[in-house]
Amino acid sequence: MDFQLTDDQRALRTGMRELLARRFPRTRLRAVVDGAAGWGDGDAARGDGGTARGGELDRALWRELGAAGLFALRVPESSGGVGLGLPEVVLAFEEAGRALLPGPLVATELAAGLSGSLAAGAAQGETVVTALDEGGAPVEHLASADVVLALGPTAVEVIPAKEVARSAQPMRSIDPATPLHRSTPTRTRLDRVEQAAQAGQAAQAAQAVQAVQADQTGQADQTGQADQTGQAGPGRSGLAVRLRREAALLTAAQQLGSASRTVELAVDHARHRTQFGRPIGAFQAVQHLCAQMLVRAESARSVVYAAAVTEDPGDIAAAKLLADEAAVHNARDCLQVHGGMGFTWEADVHLHLKRAWVRAGQWQSGAAAEEELAAGLVSTVETCL
Amino acid sequence: MDLTYTEDEEDFRHRLRAWLAEVLPKLPDRPHPADWPGRRAYDCGWQRMLHEAGYAGLHWPEDAGGRGATPTQHLIFLEETERAGAPYVGAGFVGLLHAGPTIAAEGTSEQRARWLPPILRGDEVWCQGFSEPDAGSDLASLRTRAVRDGDEYVISGSKIWTSHAEIADWCELLVRTAPVNADTPKHRGITWLAMPMDAPGVTVRPLRTLAGTAEFAEVFLDEVRVPVGHRVGAENDGWRVTMVTLSFERGTAFVGEVVACRRVLEALARTARANGRWDDAVLRRRLGRLAAECAALWRLTQWNVSEAQRTGGVPGVGGSVFKLRFSQVRQELYDAAAEVLGPDALDAGQEWVADRLSSLSYTIAAGTSQIQRNIVAERILGLPKGR
Ligand SMILES: Cc1cc2nc3c(=O)[nH]c(=O)nc-3n(C[C@H](O)[C@H](O)[C@H](O)COP(=O)(O)OP(=O)(O)OC[C@H]3O[C@@H](n4cnc5c(N)ncnc54)[C@H](O)[C@@H]3O)c2cc1C
Repeated sequence: MDFQLTDDQRALRTGMRELLARRFPRTRLRAVVDGAAGWGDGDAARGDGGTARGGELDRALWRELGAAGLFALRVPESSGGVGLGLPEVVLAFEEAGRALLPGPLVATELAAGLSGSLAAGAAQGETVVTALDEGGAPVEHLASADVVLALGPTAVEVIPAKEVARSAQPMRSIDPATPLHRSTPTRTRLDRVEQAAQAGQAAQAAQAVQAVQADQTGQADQTGQADQTGQAGPGRSGLAVRLRREAALLTAAQQLGSASRTVELAVDHARHRTQFGRPIGAFQAVQHLCAQMLVRAESARSVVYAAAVTEDPGDIAAAKLLADEAAVHNARDCLQVHGGMGFTWEADVHLHLKRAWVRAGQWQSGAAAEEELAAGLVSTVETCL
Repeated sequence: MDLTYTEDEEDFRHRLRAWLAEVLPKLPDRPHPADWPGRRAYDCGWQRMLHEAGYAGLHWPEDAGGRGATPTQHLIFLEETERAGAPYVGAGFVGLLHAGPTIAAEGTSEQRARWLPPILRGDEVWCQGFSEPDAGSDLASLRTRAVRDGDEYVISGSKIWTSHAEIADWCELLVRTAPVNADTPKHRGITWLAMPMDAPGVTVRPLRTLAGTAEFAEVFLDEVRVPVGHRVGAENDGWRVTMVTLSFERGTAFVGEVVACRRVLEALARTARANGRWDDAVLRRRLGRLAAECAALWRLTQWNVSEAQRTGGVPGVGGSVFKLRFSQVRQELYDAAAEVLGPDALDAGQEWVADRLSSLSYTIAAGTSQIQRNIVAERILGLPKGR
């Protein structure tokens, strides 16, 4: 056992951090955020042709991330990918979370691993893929996406984004760098595929897909047939279940990155802000807030990394639960340490909090994770602990 | 990041399992918690069995009589013994986890030869005389005085919260050998001594804990004479000598209990299903959350052990992070147990209720949670020294 990063993993993390520092520095983040703000619109975002505004995705950056291999880390080398595993993706996504990199990173990474789909080009960053999950979380970056990866309980579909957009309503997203759409009507479409899948008949499912495709100009891919088991409940297996777990883990990795970053922001502020003639970091009340932030981040880290290695559903549920909590609570404590400055648009603290809220609602909510873990306590399967 | 154990490690695990399966059924019944001589005999008997089988002092260096095992092997040992329901280190705690490693690291060869083998064999029991009525978290302000008289130190003062004092043969004692003044800060002027508990002038008065048992005691010292040869390290250098190994307590001291947390949690779930409380989603989710916490504590342990393995056995600062989370989770676990038990949570005869009471000490003993947060803030996060 050697539960520490290998040299290659360290190098990958450093490489990703440097790439983001170069291509997505804080000024870029602020340009996205301040462009969407309404206030000062038009000032902050000008001066760079490629700069995204109002939450619109920066395609040039996306392609560059694709070229750097971010979406192809797990794609086998024989298929032009990097040929690494989930732990490496987790480390890269942690960095993305740390830098508050916007975009539907998780869905694009997942789609890059699906063959023969409309999502071709996802691995290279040419195709932007967002996700529509049965859990009902809003769809992020829909207007910038080319296609939507739709997951039902067992069905997996890739749908043209335009089609989803037709029946989706834009929300006034709480996170200025993550545009969100409510999208219920599309569910009906997914449900038809799902019902067929649940009936356990691959043939029926295929027919339903064909019918749907005929309905919808025949552009959808239905990738899940082979994996549909017709089972429901926690024991079900298959592509949709696997993708949803991986999505939860990669989301947790970003939460972890954000949770560690807010510790740094809080500590940095506490060392430099002076009150009563000394740095506020010399006050125990502030020190202890910071210490608890580190405890949260490091507990989350240990279980997120372990889940990346074991891919065990219980570990992933624990990872999502604790990483969500670490990201949200650390952002709040960070805000507290910043005082009035923490309540401003100008400080980045609120961006971490808002993104953490968005992610906490994605893929596996706290309630769902807790229920899955509780079920694990009474199952007969032996756990690693 | 590799969580698979090597062939050697798995081999070690299997041999250990086989041995445990063979010897555990032969153990005598556990003594009553209030039967101190019985507890001593039981814990020492177990240590003797470990010694005979080659498992004593697993993580001690070989030149100190240990097995020089890797931190991972030590982890496996603690995990497997807990899983198998083997006895806890018990009365051997201070000898094996603190006084022994201190002597191994800082003692002379005669001192090692005198004190280490009996610890490993389970022949002698040690206690830790650090805390005083006026020196708890601020340990360096201790006042028990030792005055040199020829080849002896003459010691007067008092210690408190000394676990296992009643049954100990030896006490690792911190005393003041130089008064605090402008030239001598309080951390200087402290000396580490091995004191026989049967020396004239030593009086032990048991203290009753909130659980009703006598786990610790006050120790009064009235002109107790200890040979200078019982000093480990230089005079006035005792603070450093002690700190060399104090972090041991936070490294792997709680591994068994992390494993136990998961077992208790599964038992709680079973009980809740049987008595219908499982239908309460709030309770069910609470247990689910605790399962996540247990998983994190276990992974954090593996993380810290792997780190220690890479840095050559030195427990990292991760110990304070772990201890903070562990002590909190441990208390939350037994609060959840009370919820599962319902009215039975008020029956002190229930095992979980007794454990709930003893869990209250976790945020105090071995450095309070506030002190751990100070350590994290100042030593890990680099915040300015607090006030
Ligand atoms: C079950 C048990 C077994 C023990 N066994 C032993 C033993 O075998 N040998 C031994 O020597 N000792 C032993 N101890 C003593 C233990 O180490 C001390 O209780 C502990 O260090 C705290 O000291 P104190 O009790 O004097 O509390 P205090 O130091 O008086 O603390 C009281 C409160 O003040 C807080 N506080 C103190 N200083 C600070 C600060 N700087 N910043 C913020 N908050 C602060 C503490 O966190 C605590 O909440 C044992 C204790 C227990 C509970």
